[in-house]
Amino acid sequence: MADQADFADQAMQYAPQLYSSALRMTRNRADAEDLVQETFLKGFRSFDSFTDGTNLRAWLFRIMTNTYINKYRAKQRRPDETDLGEIEDLYLYKNLGTLQDSSIGRSAEESLMELLPDDEVKAALEDLPDNFRLPVILADVEGFAYKEIAEMLDIPIGTVMSRLHRGRKAMQKALHEYALVRGLVAAEPAGDGGQENTR
Amino acid sequence: MTEPQTSDCAETIRELDMFLDGELSDQQRDAIRHHLDGCMDCLGAFDFHAELKIVVAEKCHNDEMPPGLMGKIERCFAIDFDGDGQIG
Repeated sequence: MADQADFADQAMQYAPQLYSSALRMTRNRADAEDLVQETFLKGFRSFDSFTDGTNLRAWLFRIMTNTYINKYRAKQRRPDETDLGEIEDLYLYKNLGTLQDSSIGRSAEESLMELLPDDEVKAALEDLPDNFRLPVILADVEGFAYKEIAEMLDIPIGTVMSRLHRGRKAMQKALHEYALVRGLVAAEPAGDGGQENTR
Repeated sequence: MTEPQTSDCAETIRELDMFLDGELSDQQRDAIRHHLDGCMDCLGAFDFHAELKIVVAEKCHNDEMPPGLMGKIERCFAIDFDGDGQIG
């Protein structure tokens, strides 16, 4: 059984990452701040139910996810199931292929980091409907395992996987659209004989 | 960018998410790695998505906390310590 007096010492280190994910969930600073504060308060009050030696970070994220779902999702009144439409697999990879080829000597990560501004990556994630956004936040931003995410969201692991897969594709499509609008990639698909694709 | 040509490629690409998410068994991972060693098409796709995952994590995880938030949280603990377990 965990001692409440130790809570601040052990838990406060996770505040910055909880805040980032709270922002991705609520999409505004005031709600994110409230959500993090409420998460810590709930964690503090129920710390005696936390088992020492288990994953405190996962425990806190579970509290935050539940709080978000119960409080903020209701407020936003989004439909429970949203259809993202059919998007082909490997969407961004297939559509950025020629850009990759043109950046010789640089890793895919370097060119992507340059290509995609922070705000647009955040917006692509935040624009996903809740059902897809929460699994993507928990898996791709926070690195939780499918099993942990399934427990946090109270959905089967198979549902976690399909929502992740579809959510990621929708995010990739949004990122590609940003890149098109900003003229970072050519509108024509790859395979035109290797012309310059950056303007 | 070519479409996966063989059933091996299609099978490998289907496992991409679970591979990058660390959800496969050692044996399954080895089988994927073995395929990637001999298949530049699939290797390219796996590399790209591995990097994308890193980029998304970094760019969505760098928000600065509002300066007063830590203090606000800590004050909550103090109030609770002295009171009846209820805030305010």
